[in-house]
Amino acid sequence: MVGLSIIPIPGGQLPLTAHKGIMADLLRRIAERADPAAFRELYEAYGPRVKAYMMRRGADAGTAEDLAQETLLTVWRKAALYAHDKGSMTTWVFAIARNLRIDRLRREVPWQELPEGRLAQASGDPLPDEAMAEKQRQQRVQAALAGLPGEQKTVVALAYLEGLSHSEIAQRLDMPLGTVKSRMRIAYQKIRSVLEGVE
Amino acid sequence: MTITRHLDGATLMSLAAGALPGALAAVAAAHVAMCARCRDEVAHLERVGAALLADLPGTEMVRPEPVMPAIDVPRGAAVSTGGDEIPGPLVRLVGGRLDAVRWRWIAPGLWHRPLPIGGQGALQLLKGSPGVRVPEHAHSGSELTLVLRGALIDRTGRYGPGDVADVDEEIERHAPAADPDAGCICVVANEQPSRFRNLLARLLQPWHGL
Repeated sequence: MVGLSIIPIPGGQLPLTAHKGIMADLLRRIAERADPAAFRELYEAYGPRVKAYMMRRGADAGTAEDLAQETLLTVWRKAALYAHDKGSMTTWVFAIARNLRIDRLRREVPWQELPEGRLAQASGDPLPDEAMAEKQRQQRVQAALAGLPGEQKTVVALAYLEGLSHSEIAQRLDMPLGTVKSRMRIAYQKIRSVLEGVE
Repeated sequence: MTITRHLDGATLMSLAAGALPGALAAVAAAHVAMCARCRDEVAHLERVGAALLADLPGTEMVRPEPVMPAIDVPRGAAVSTGGDEIPGPLVRLVGGRLDAVRWRWIAPGLWHRPLPIGGQGALQLLKGSPGVRVPEHAHSGSELTLVLRGALIDRTGRYGPGDVADVDEEIERHAPAADPDAGCICVVANEQPSRFRNLLARLLQPWHGL
């Protein structure tokens, strides 16, 4: 098997974009014939990142590893339902990981019912136009995120990666709640605006 | 049902990030379940999570190989679709029917039903008879109000079923009133429970001289 091994050193890992092209193929092999080798490759690509995400959100290493396992097992189970034309693989993995983390944190909140967005009744080959558009959207979001001023990027990262609420961010950065919300609102508008026209 | 009042951009972003406190998350998720526009917005904002996840330096797995499931048992409760009036994310907390809610009287024309949400703020259903006005209150932290039946009217306009009022301490005081004909049932999340107790005290003030 050609390894997609991820070297667990900051900056030393392969970017996910390096194997973007084959992700859809791996998913198809899982969906169509429950191919363990394909699953292993997905696991090697995403497992360490999801584990790192879980740790940033406050899980200890053991729990983070368990949650990363569970995230990818959800991909395994739902691969056949994945709608290739609805979003990127990484976006789907993010949504599953986020929902799992919240489910563990706050069992009483009916949060897992926030859609894991990418599921459809049937999955087929993506329409080429839509696949292109999705790739474009993903690139634009990445560029918009990279182009945000540091103060906006910080509030966005604290929310997404550490799971901090607006008030917690305000406390952490020692600034008024209103400032946190307006920075996030501006970041939202910027990111949103680059997606206009690729609907 | 035409929804015209949506979640604020910062609320949408935190919802997509998985970073809203529990009570606010429950109401925001309920609105999203009713609102196609906000569902699309959340999908857009999940791409931000994907971009950040892709950039995250990985942490080495102790088990470099996945543990394959011996038998593939489908997991997970069926997603509740909700009823006509109660969106899916609230069904577990509220039950399936608004008419079956057991209300607690708090003031003339005003009832509520606290919903268990743990330590993550306060969540409650609020029912106002036609024309009843909630006494003016300021906010500490964020407050999300989602109308489930009837309408709520404040100086910014009218909120019908599915509409959400997303306000915080930046907004000064507001005093919403239930629709003069239909009254109103809504679900309200407050980030800080202590503030709600203040509100209750204020509600009771005119009648009980507290």
